[in-house]
Amino acid sequence: MYLSGREHPIVDYPERKQVRFTFDGTQLMGLEGQPIAAALVDNGIRAFRHTHKTGQPRGLFCGIGQCSDCVVVVNGTPNVRSCVTPLEEGMVIETQHGLGKVGVRCE
Amino acid sequence: MRVTDLLVVGAGPAGLGAAIEAARLGAKVLLVDENLKAGGQLYKQIHKFFGSGAHYAGTRGFQIADILLGQAEELGVETWLDTRALGLLDDGTVAVLRKGKVEPVKAGKIILATGAKENALAFPGWTLPGVMTAGAAQTFSNVHGTLAGKRILMVGSGNVGLIVSYQLMQAGAEICALVEAAPQITGYLVHAGKIQRAGVPVYTGHTVVEARGTGEVEEAVIAQVDERFQPIPGTERALAVDTILLAVGLNPRTELAAMFRCQTTYEGALGGILPVHDGWMRSTNPDIYVCGDLAGVEEANTALEEGRLAGVHAACALGYHGEQAQEKMNALRESLRSLRGGAHALRRLSGKERVIEKGESAYV
Repeated sequence: MYLSGREHPIVDYPERKQVRFTFDGTQLMGLEGQPIAAALVDNGIRAFRHTHKTGQPRGLFCGIGQCSDCVVVVNGTPNVRSCVTPLEEGMVIETQHGLGKVGVRCE
Repeated sequence: MRVTDLLVVGAGPAGLGAAIEAARLGAKVLLVDENLKAGGQLYKQIHKFFGSGAHYAGTRGFQIADILLGQAEELGVETWLDTRALGLLDDGTVAVLRKGKVEPVKAGKIILATGAKENALAFPGWTLPGVMTAGAAQTFSNVHGTLAGKRILMVGSGNVGLIVSYQLMQAGAEICALVEAAPQITGYLVHAGKIQRAGVPVYTGHTVVEARGTGEVEEAVIAQVDERFQPIPGTERALAVDTILLAVGLNPRTELAAMFRCQTTYEGALGGILPVHDGWMRSTNPDIYVCGDLAGVEEANTALEEGRLAGVHAACALGYHGEQAQEKMNALRESLRSLRGGAHALRRLSGKERVIEKGESAYV
């Protein structure tokens, strides 16, 4: 659903390079530098994580890094806020189940 | 340890205004912001601002951000992005997290411009993917070029609900309906007119009562409310939507101010709990200023002018007097009065007056 190249009456969206990434093992395409959440939404994915106690799905909520509802696992690191983290070539992105495993590498 | 005259936390319109004015008077300013880009929420505001020429009327939000960032750069404001102010340390320094490391910052004065966060609204199904704040959809569409939904129910007819509805339609989404619990539209009618002329049904005296769907939103249930805003049984109606956007107000981000021992107060018309401040934007802690949405949720122009006022006053307090500083501060206070001059701002104005009265009494 990325609007680049589409006519928008006001906004000029920058040209962005296409990059590959995986989500739960599936190979997908996105745009370099767009938020991970935007790349997922563009690919029709709206559930980013499942809650700790009841396993309910959660997705984008505040969109500006405040609420932490949209966290995913990126290259093995849990609790990455997908709405404010830019997409990079080759990222391995996974649905986060629960709170993220203790002892997992954090950068 | 970094030593500076003035630390400004938050690089939205208020923080930028503060940094610009303080730097203009000669103060050494460090501006920090947790985002990858400065400008706060101005970049998602693609509409033209109202008001007078002095308040950037006719200029779009993202253009105002560009102007302010240019001025800050020209004046030598040092800006640390991707940097989060964590809190006050015991020795009076501020701990900031930058590039994964905590760095203490020692500043003569601190201006907090941490902004606001959008309110949530709880109803059955509200945690389903597809229920989100109006601001989230606005950011994703206007800044990132991604539509977060195709068929949308907007909840709330304040200016955010009205403007975001219109902007999402510009980007190609369908606004299936807008509900407002109050008996009338609460935002500007000029904004309401734009979506109503385009055929969006606006249901006043209605609210959302349920979001339904397997794994994500597939349907929204709306209902009429009584005079006490309670849903009236039997009036429910289901709408086929994939997204429910919440435009139900904002509240100040007071966490840092509270950590800095600034006294707070409650003003509903200004978003809820906020730090008490005087007419110069000083909190009850004389070294801490507050401005912008943190000091009461209003709009970007007001935030900018409050920031400027705090910046000039803080620079003066640090000994950077400049010739026309007092004149400038008086002009900024006059400008703020005019921004709050309309009938639509009456409740905000009286709330602000109560806050300032409390603030002034701290300095008697």
